[in-house]
Amino acid sequence: MKLHEIRGLLSGEVLTDKVSLEIDINYCYGCDLMSDVLAYVQNNVLLLTGLVHPQVIRTAEMLDLKAIVFVRGKRPTEEMVSMAEDKGIVLICSKHSLYTSSGILYENGLLGEEITHEATLQG
Amino acid sequence: MKRHYKVDGEQMTLAGEASSDMKKLLMQLGFTNQLIRKVSVAMYEAEINMVIHANGGDIDIEITPKEVVIHLKDEGPGIADIGLAMQEGYTTASNVAREMGFGAGMGLPNMKRYSDELHINSELGKGTEVKMFFYL
Repeated sequence: MKLHEIRGLLSGEVLTDKVSLEIDINYCYGCDLMSDVLAYVQNNVLLLTGLVHPQVIRTAEMLDLKAIVFVRGKRPTEEMVSMAEDKGIVLICSKHSLYTSSGILYENGLLGEEITHEATLQG
Repeated sequence: MKRHYKVDGEQMTLAGEASSDMKKLLMQLGFTNQLIRKVSVAMYEAEINMVIHANGGDIDIEITPKEVVIHLKDEGPGIADIGLAMQEGYTTASNVAREMGFGAGMGLPNMKRYSDELHINSELGKGTEVKMFFYL
């Protein structure tokens, strides 16, 4: 699914003007705990989160994630937006909750990142 | 090749700068994406630990034809029970760490998961030394 479709489905507002939305996203992961994101995400996922902190951008950077949607109307700071633009990461804001955002995307065919301890132990 | 980073323990927003710089270096050196990701995540977790538990510290990197070695040293409170700290979900982290999205007790387990070798030496009241090896 293209990122611009995701933006449309979530009635999202794109904050990063300098980064293209012509990116393919195949999986999604919703989480407010960055430690868990670092532990379990293997694929190039879209990250849905309600946590607003520069470490969210850092986490995405370390995992080569291309896009983050901030849910429940949370807005990142200007500092976070410019950090994301520097790293080529798209930031989108949606007013939907984490649950509703996930449901909309799943219903439209975006798969969830499946996690198991066995899989992640192989690193 | 060697590199040294001084990690500031006061500014939470800067946490991860060293890991970000290291990631750029590994990309320039042409390592595989898989290796870069393992090293980046493990070093980032270690750097975050250093900031939230030990008020910063020093990181020394060595890259040889055989391996990448990350050596972290702090003068923080030390780890009372390393076995317990290695368990997923065990944490002594502060609310500040939780506000950053950390403090879920996954830091050391993640470092172990992504490195090929992890050695921890810690003394209460003196500090902690962590060495992570990634084979090439």
